[in-house]
Amino acid sequence: MEAATARASRRPPWLAGVAPLAVLAVAIGLFVVLDAPGLERIGVPQEKLSVERTVLKPREIQLHVRNEGADPVRVRQVIVNDGFAPFTQSDDEIGRLGGSKIDVEYPWIEGEDYEVRLLTATGVTIDHTITAATETPGADLGFYGLMALIGLYVGIIPVAIGMLWLPWLRGVDSRWIKFLLAFTIGLLAFLGIEALLEGTQVASSGAEAFGGAALVWLGAAAAFLALAGVDGWLRARRGGDGSKDGGARGAALGYRAALLIAIGIGLHNLGEGLAIGSAYAVGSLALGATLVVGFALHNTTEGLAIVSPVARERAASLRRLALLGLVAGAPAVLGAWIGASAYQPGLAAFMFGIGAGAIAQVVVQIAPQIRDAAGRLLHPLAVGGLLTGLGVMYVTGLLVSI
Amino acid sequence: MKFGQGKLSRRKLLGGAAGASAVLGLHQTIPHEGLHHAVDDAFAQDGHGGGHDVHGGAMTMKHPLHAGAVGMVDPRTNGFDPQVILRDFDEGRVVNGVREWELVAEEKTIEVAPGVKYNAWAYNGRVPGPTLRAREGERLRIHFTNGAHHPHTIHFHGIHTSRMDGIPGVGAGNIEPGRSTTYEFEATPFGLHLYHCHSMPLAEHIAKGLYGAFVIDPKRGRAEADELVMVMNGFDTNFDRSNEVYAVNTVAFEYLHRPVVVRRDQLVRIYLVNTLEFDLVNSFHVHANFFDYYPTGTRLEPRDFTDTVIQGQGERGILELRFPYTGRYMFHAHVSEFAELGWMGFFEVTD
Repeated sequence: MEAATARASRRPPWLAGVAPLAVLAVAIGLFVVLDAPGLERIGVPQEKLSVERTVLKPREIQLHVRNEGADPVRVRQVIVNDGFAPFTQSDDEIGRLGGSKIDVEYPWIEGEDYEVRLLTATGVTIDHTITAATETPGADLGFYGLMALIGLYVGIIPVAIGMLWLPWLRGVDSRWIKFLLAFTIGLLAFLGIEALLEGTQVASSGAEAFGGAALVWLGAAAAFLALAGVDGWLRARRGGDGSKDGGARGAALGYRAALLIAIGIGLHNLGEGLAIGSAYAVGSLALGATLVVGFALHNTTEGLAIVSPVARERAASLRRLALLGLVAGAPAVLGAWIGASAYQPGLAAFMFGIGAGAIAQVVVQIAPQIRDAAGRLLHPLAVGGLLTGLGVMYVTGLLVSI
Repeated sequence: MKFGQGKLSRRKLLGGAAGASAVLGLHQTIPHEGLHHAVDDAFAQDGHGGGHDVHGGAMTMKHPLHAGAVGMVDPRTNGFDPQVILRDFDEGRVVNGVREWELVAEEKTIEVAPGVKYNAWAYNGRVPGPTLRAREGERLRIHFTNGAHHPHTIHFHGIHTSRMDGIPGVGAGNIEPGRSTTYEFEATPFGLHLYHCHSMPLAEHIAKGLYGAFVIDPKRGRAEADELVMVMNGFDTNFDRSNEVYAVNTVAFEYLHRPVVVRRDQLVRIYLVNTLEFDLVNSFHVHANFFDYYPTGTRLEPRDFTDTVIQGQGERGILELRFPYTGRYMFHAHVSEFAELGWMGFFEVTD
């Protein structure tokens, strides 16, 4: 017995953990080298491509495609509206999950629809419809400026305006604070559901091989857990000094909740910015007063949500409030930049998922604060608040369509 | 071409194509590598080809041309050359006063547009099959062997007994893989006919390439001419029962890349056959000229003097024309969508 232990202890313990991996690596190597002995493919190669991004330049249609099938794809001809069109491609053969840029020379006409058909070496066709063709804006300084302006209009300014409710909040009865917190939860629930739905929709437009809708849920789970971790860390840190001073502890609690809400809303606004930016890039965004006004009304409520938890804090530093506003609003600018210049459906789906997960975590965090004296969560005032939040978001959401 | 397909309405498609079809008439638009080798010199001659600097796959927007397919099909890939098919009339051999041919149905992968492969079914390894030529009244005997994996037949257009009609269930019926049969009948009536497989599903057996032209010359013959066979066909590469590629004698844009060379003032006789499936009509239009048209070639007097003729599925006719001027003259389907999907070519008229 002792001898056996001694023998075992001579080998470092990690070896036993690594050994199966080494065996696996050797097995895979052999399998690949021997070309899957005993297994023969049935049927013919399946060629699958998805178009991730379309860029229109004068007399040129550029498609960014990704191979989402198991077999390599060789694009050999391009047909635009029932006519062969000359093209060049960055990759003659596109491997699994590989991408290629296809430049088609075509004298397209502003505002018309086009059906682009990629014809592969085996005769398979991949169709892509371009609706209401319009030139894709170049990613220059003015463009980034414009996206920043949009982000400012739809993200930062409305949130900041919403935060102006803080002085009024200070004066209202504490029961109404609970109502407002419930209102916030309703609002967040609406945003979370919206993010999940939009993410799922976006995912289906991209390469399924990357996971499709699973990316949304993966993003949601990751954000939910990450925020839970951050919250735990904040709690542990504040918990130490907070035990001596009840007031400071309460303030920290309020700001922590506000910060979490701001982060959740910020991640959601990132997704919103993405949607706006990508819509702008493909020319399907009607930039104008309606859009901005719609978003402003929609997002102003977000500002209210952020300040609700700090209504009872005495020392409200302007710097802190500004920071909260930026955390919630500024990601819209970032999202618009990414969406307009480097849009990728898989990435967008993941980001929407992150937004939804973050919101779910925030809801979990602030839910306890709406409990009434009896400890009930769904007391009439809270239910009223929740429904009002959902309703307001639905109605203001009608003003916004991308 | 699939009518009323997807989101785009047909009108929209045609509207969209309007801008592009302007390209047809002009000598302008669209460059690409493969085309240039063939078309460069010609354009250089008539002054349209100045400054082509497209090499090594690079693409610029400055150089306009006719068709957009990238690259060319090497005839060696297919084992048959549309340039040869054009003037290849198979008269078989005469044994004891009977004209005989051997035809074998095979499976063969062919390149129908540059880089685009199609798993075809072919008589004697080529699409279209050999152009069989006989004289009115002759006794004909066609030995058919099925070297493919599906049952096939040969159904000839003409006047014959039901046993020799080459359809499933009558006479020899379907010829199973590895089996043979002999079709025998008299060459009548004179004119331009076709033969094709008649096994079920019919459209598929024809569309995959089992067809060919069948010429029966009148007893007293026809005037001496430069004779050309043009079988208008198409290929459904993605099995959606509409064609992705259109052509004359199989290879898209073949005669655009390598024009059909004819002599000025010489009588040119075109045996035009439409074997297209999935599309109801096909057409032939020649630029800067008119032709006499003999529907099915069964009368010696032309029915029409025109520059455009429409043929339904299985329809065929003989065209006779002379080119009074040298130069390059386009011919293509006046169904413009087909033209831009491969059915487009040039006559090169020389002295």
